[in-house]
Amino acid sequence: MALEVTQVLLYAQSIDAATRNHAEESLKQIQEQNLPAFLLSLSAELANNNKPIESRKLAGLILKNALDAKELHRKNDLAQRWLSLDLATKTQIKTSLLQTFSSPVSDARSTAAQVIAKVAGIELPHNQWPELIGSLLSNIHQVETHVKQATLETLGYVCEEVDPQVVDQEQVNRILTAVVQGMNATETSSDVRLAATRALYNALGFAQANFTNDMERDYIMRVVCEATQSSDVKIRQAAFECLVAISSTYYEKLAPYMQDIFNITSKAVREDEEPVALQAIEFWSSICDEEIDILDDYRSEYTGDSDVPCFYFIKQALPALVPMLLETLLKQEEDQDQDEGAWNIAMAGGTCLGLVARTVGDEIVPLVMPFIEENISKPDWRGREAATYAFGSILDGPSPGKLAPIVNVALNFMLAALSRDPNNHVKDTTAWTLGRIFEFLHGAAVETSVITQENCQQILTVLLQSMKDVPNVAEKACGALYFLAQGYEDEGSVSPLTPFFQDIFQMLLFVTHREDATESNLRTSAYEALNEVVRCSNDETAPIVMQLIPVIMLELHQTVEAQKLTSDERDKQNDLQGLLCGCLQVIIQKMGSIEGSKYAFMQYADQIMDLLLKVFASRNATVHEEAMLAIGALAYTAGPNFAKYMPQFYQYLEMGLQNFEEYQICAITVGVVGDLCRALEDKILPYCDGIMTQLLKNLSSNQLHRSVKPPIFSCFGDIALAIGENFEKYLVYAMPMLQSAAELSAHAVSQDDEMLEYTNQLRNGILEAYSGILQGFKSSPKTQALVPYAAHVLQFIDTMYGGREMDDAVMKSALGVLGDLADTLGSHVGPLISQSSSSKDLIEECMVYDDPLIRESAEWAKLAINRAVSAFASIPCCVWSGLGSHHQPYQVLTSPSLNDPTNKQQGHLNANIVSAYASCWLSLINIRNKWSGSVISKWSLLIALRHLKVLLFWVVPCFFALFHIGSTGIVVVSLLFVYFV
Amino acid sequence: MAPPPDHRRPIKRAAISDQQRRREVALRLQADRRSDAQNRARQLASSVLSLGPEPATEPEVEPEQEMSEASGQLAGRSDFDPVRAARLRGPEVRKWFARQLMLPEWMVDVPPSLDRDWYVFPRPSGKRCFVVSSNGTTISRLRNGSILHRFPSNLPNGARAKDVSGPASSYSILDCIFHEPDETYYVIDMVCWRGYSLYDCTAEFRFFWLNSKLSETGASDPPSQYHRYRFNVVQIYECNLAGLQASYSGQVPYVKDGLLFFNKHAHYQAGNTPLALVWKDNVCSQYVLDTDSKGQIPSQQQVVLELQNDGNLTTSDDPPVALGSLSRDLIAQSGLRVGNLVRVAIKDERMRLVDGKLDLGELQLVGKTNHSRAFADTYSKVLFQHAARHAPLRIEDLVASIQSNSSMDNSQALDVEMEG
Repeated sequence: MALEVTQVLLYAQSIDAATRNHAEESLKQIQEQNLPAFLLSLSAELANNNKPIESRKLAGLILKNALDAKELHRKNDLAQRWLSLDLATKTQIKTSLLQTFSSPVSDARSTAAQVIAKVAGIELPHNQWPELIGSLLSNIHQVETHVKQATLETLGYVCEEVDPQVVDQEQVNRILTAVVQGMNATETSSDVRLAATRALYNALGFAQANFTNDMERDYIMRVVCEATQSSDVKIRQAAFECLVAISSTYYEKLAPYMQDIFNITSKAVREDEEPVALQAIEFWSSICDEEIDILDDYRSEYTGDSDVPCFYFIKQALPALVPMLLETLLKQEEDQDQDEGAWNIAMAGGTCLGLVARTVGDEIVPLVMPFIEENISKPDWRGREAATYAFGSILDGPSPGKLAPIVNVALNFMLAALSRDPNNHVKDTTAWTLGRIFEFLHGAAVETSVITQENCQQILTVLLQSMKDVPNVAEKACGALYFLAQGYEDEGSVSPLTPFFQDIFQMLLFVTHREDATESNLRTSAYEALNEVVRCSNDETAPIVMQLIPVIMLELHQTVEAQKLTSDERDKQNDLQGLLCGCLQVIIQKMGSIEGSKYAFMQYADQIMDLLLKVFASRNATVHEEAMLAIGALAYTAGPNFAKYMPQFYQYLEMGLQNFEEYQICAITVGVVGDLCRALEDKILPYCDGIMTQLLKNLSSNQLHRSVKPPIFSCFGDIALAIGENFEKYLVYAMPMLQSAAELSAHAVSQDDEMLEYTNQLRNGILEAYSGILQGFKSSPKTQALVPYAAHVLQFIDTMYGGREMDDAVMKSALGVLGDLADTLGSHVGPLISQSSSSKDLIEECMVYDDPLIRESAEWAKLAINRAVSAFASIPCCVWSGLGSHHQPYQVLTSPSLNDPTNKQQGHLNANIVSAYASCWLSLINIRNKWSGSVISKWSLLIALRHLKVLLFWVVPCFFALFHIGSTGIVVVSLLFVYFV
Repeated sequence: MAPPPDHRRPIKRAAISDQQRRREVALRLQADRRSDAQNRARQLASSVLSLGPEPATEPEVEPEQEMSEASGQLAGRSDFDPVRAARLRGPEVRKWFARQLMLPEWMVDVPPSLDRDWYVFPRPSGKRCFVVSSNGTTISRLRNGSILHRFPSNLPNGARAKDVSGPASSYSILDCIFHEPDETYYVIDMVCWRGYSLYDCTAEFRFFWLNSKLSETGASDPPSQYHRYRFNVVQIYECNLAGLQASYSGQVPYVKDGLLFFNKHAHYQAGNTPLALVWKDNVCSQYVLDTDSKGQIPSQQQVVLELQNDGNLTTSDDPPVALGSLSRDLIAQSGLRVGNLVRVAIKDERMRLVDGKLDLGELQLVGKTNHSRAFADTYSKVLFQHAARHAPLRIEDLVASIQSNSSMDNSQALDVEMEG
């Protein structure tokens, strides 16, 4: 029965913390004691017009949270909980919710709309509440506008919650009709019209069929375009949002409307209020996104095909579109460079201009140059800034050949502006533009860099000088230095930066210590530039980087020692610790990779490790992640020597693996386990019980973010490869996990790209696990333990191959596993592999692949399988030629490949075996000759055939019988047999 | 000021942060290193030939004493222990290599099913060697393990250049004959390719792999600065009449030295094997009869044998076959030591079977062999040389065998039926 909850709900919003906490506690208790009653009373509260709006809204909110959560596993739990409630309760709650529509209080209606959508999201896919949409649509014809408005709002939310597939086309048609009618200019209530426009935004995904029908599409487009002309700014904004959504969902249907849309958007950009103008610009950015994707497809696939053809809307609109966008650049706001989250017409316009440049390439240059020339020297800073911004925006897209001559002329001007322009905005944008020049027109990938040995020094002087400027300009100068350095990453020993390393480090360290370094992200940028300069160090500059280590360690030490901080100071401290750990990570990686500096670097290893372990005392996720990454790098560099740190480090490793909440830390830690495996090899063995236990726990948990699971599987492979046959004791746990995950992922039907990508990551992880385990067991007497799993592994690959959704990485790993199976299990799996479809067709297909890595893997698989199949076929041959010419028949006979009785059944499957026996026979002749020492007789065909038959009828059963007798027996009987021949 | 829409990045904001980049770099490095570790595992243990780095200076010619020890250790020949092989250094590498070539027996009788189970090709005349490319250099080693050339080549990791794929330490091993006149290595077999062993693959597969892989590398290109010698594949034929004909009398760009026959199903096997055979006559070889140390064909057949403890002289077969003996006095007189290779002449040219043993009769000591010689003659060679002087196996015999094979298929079946 419904409980009285009004008072508790009101107390729960009290300003007094104690009252609030007490109320929240009692709400929790009621929920735990009697969930159905609790939910009923909440819905009754929401529907009751006599209750205060505060308690009604909170009731609705709690109800909504009882139905849905962000985390996937919790979301599923809540859905199950709702479905398992008794029918009467659910019906009563739903009735109350629908009743709320007639409430005069709009907040109550809106809350009910959201709750209904959540219930629909759970029930509709289960074919429950089929009457919902019908009853909502019947409301549309009600006279009261507030009921109509609430109904449209609900329809919008329902469309947002449920998948288009669960609603049949007939209902979709009715929803769309109702929504589009609501949007029509003839609708007098602007509340209804706004609700309808917003509902259409969510319903567009349902309109696939309707958009292929010319008449219906024309109608929808006309109504949307009309809505952009509404007198209500909110309706205009919502209508433009619909246009943006249509531009990406129905790009290929837009051609007939583009002229009209151009006119509408360009008027809105020039004249309308900012929120509307921003959406109008967004329309063009969105079209650019579509065309960039399509043109990328054209370029990347050798067929030159894309599912959707490019209509070159941007190219066609270019002469009018570019001037429109350039105009927006002059509408800067005074403080936009200081506000990181700022977004205004000028910023949106520049962003769109950049996208247009990427879409059309060279063609944009002549359209923008006159604007730049006209404005770059204007006395008004807006002109200079807009000109520079335009220039910076078009540097990505046009060919370097087209841009280089212009940049060569502009470079000196830019450097002068950065040092001398009186306006900070201009300097900010100039430094950013320099960064873009270095990013796109300099570096190994660019044929002729605009940076030369000569101008490099001048550039550096100006950049370093600018780092003393106001924080936002200094931050952009650090960013420019980042890209300048990046261009020299592959340069080797002739980098023009070499003479300046000391100066650069000094200036960047100075910047990190500026009092205002926390403004405009300056300190982060300085450390990022520092990292990049470290990355492009070489043999010659390594000693200077080495001097940096004690400095960074001292800074980190100070942060670790710092006590009694305010929460604001604590935050800044955490940021700094993260940056310092990141910097150490980069230094470790770099110094470890330069042969000459590795030894000198390792002298710091103890101290660095000591500091990093102290950093784990921090409770901040980013700091943990950075410290973990630095430790991974250190482990790789230290190799087996890292073992001495393991006793102290292990607890933090385990902590990281247990961190489900901050799953990125868990993922990074899993990666570090891989680093440790490769560094320590079998020295990691003492820690494997703990690690494996935790990893297995993680896999079976539904609370851990799914993205961590593929790397966990890969990590199994790393561990197995490191500890070899010692992995045996984990097989009984790991293999069933792998098998069931394989089962799921092989048959997974991927509805969207994201799911497909995840499925492939999972498959890749599973395959990497199999590879590591198989290779780890190679040449071990315990190889036998893996034989029972071989069939399943093959089946997994066959199923994936049949499904045809493997990406390149999965394909490469699958080929690897095929080879590993053959390589490790040899003759045990020869026939099994010969029967698998992927082992033949997949490998042949991939042998002629473009990607050399895939081709190589295919070669590996082919080679290993050929070895396994031929080894199986010629077992007797090996044995006898072993006896004949060599010395350890005993060893050959006891090799694991011979101890499997299943060979017998599989034997006749293989045609090769006959020729193998023939070869075997040739060896026999040889043996006899040698043993008897007689003159070699004729290679008599007749004798051969007589004995071949004897061999087939005698030797084969003999072999298999003998395997059970034991090896000693084999030698004896072999000798007898030789005598017999 | 409203923030930008979720998916729209303002152009002035960096696309990714350095933190994101560090994370991505760490992930990429982990993936690369995982794949390196896997590749190493795939290549290491599956291969019988994992060699450690060699010292730069290595004596090209070893004292004889050491050589004979090496041949004395032949007992371990088939013991392919990759772990042990990986630990080999310097001279050990040399000794080890001396035992790795597959050595054809001499064809004294025609094997059955020649046309079905065998390949044939004209053998280039020249120095038989192993060519190993690894770590940016290519080294060819003669049968006795000593180095013939050290040079850059287009083989995988055969020169110090940025290789497209695979770790620089992965090696490739080819079985070649170096043909002096055109300074070309003729590749007759492939043992390892990019670190992957082909030992346990059939000849059929090895030749397929050799033909498809070698051409990909540009190893057959004309010599250049980073490719000192050209590598050519020898044309291999099915051993039917046409194939035999082509090998025997067809034109080849090199000087022929007999014909080589390979059993299609045979694995690459170090040491002597009856699954590879060599045959020659005066038409297809200039060197049918063995020459002595002066390069002359002696009037009596000469044989190189190894002196054993008991004074017996044995072949290099495995196990060795004793063909005669030297008296203690003679041994002492000539200053011979156990393990020395000695050249003897067969005085009485009639071979006899005594108690099921081949007896060459009285042997006349000609002298010690020169230092570079690593092995005694094989049993089949002695027989072939003997036959060549008296009743050679002729090309007609080979042809007849192939012709009879095809006509005898039926009678074979019949024969088995009757036996059963």
